[in-house]
Amino acid sequence: MIETRDLLFRALADPTRRALFERLCEGGEQSVGALTVPSGISQPAVSKHLAVLRQAGLIAGRHEGRQSYYRAQPAALAPLVDWTGRMTRFWEARFDDLDDVLKRMDQ
Amino acid sequence: MTDAAAATRSVIVEREFAHPPGKVWRALTQPHLVAEWLMAGDVAPTPGHRFAFGADWGHVDCEVVEVEPERRLAYSWDGKGLESVVTWTLTPTATGTLLRMEQTGFAPDNKLAYHGAKAGWPRFLGALGDLLARVD
Repeated sequence: MIETRDLLFRALADPTRRALFERLCEGGEQSVGALTVPSGISQPAVSKHLAVLRQAGLIAGRHEGRQSYYRAQPAALAPLVDWTGRMTRFWEARFDDLDDVLKRMDQ
Repeated sequence: MTDAAAATRSVIVEREFAHPPGKVWRALTQPHLVAEWLMAGDVAPTPGHRFAFGADWGHVDCEVVEVEPERRLAYSWDGKGLESVVTWTLTPTATGTLLRMEQTGFAPDNKLAYHGAKAGWPRFLGALGDLLARVD
């Protein structure tokens, strides 16, 4: 879980990547070419940023002909916001350990 | 505070242990025992007592807010981006103790934004809740 968060934080720490992700969230699926035009950086640089976002699970891509299309996967952000799932797993593991401690303790 | 109220959530974990409440209480309140299953920290069943639980990944700040020996123990549980209260309730059963842990709190957007401000996150975080709402 921590690793997932690290990947997300790392992916989103860069303002160019954040901007790309936001554009995909707001504008739906877009080609790398369409994303490059307003970004102010080269297409290879955009592709590199998109690869980092994809690795973090924030976007998904598909190829069609010579173009690559990407769409946002905003559900990947849930670990950053939803602490309840993380804490539930944390406490369940702690309860397991507590049971072991109780068995070892004197009455 | 409406935003914070909307973001308030609870985590509840409940389990029955084949041990009497007195023993479970000791495991909850004696630091050397607590360290074995939860985290290392100078916990004490004294209202107002402040301490910190530490682990290799970080620490949480705590303050005891409620003590009812062998029945109920509550302390605040504040970590990075999370403010919450952990309440332990012990109920005697025929064969032992029903232990209930309820953690209630919130990770306010403004706090996340505060932590992210240095990296220029506020605008992004402001949109985060909306995005997630749309996905669900």
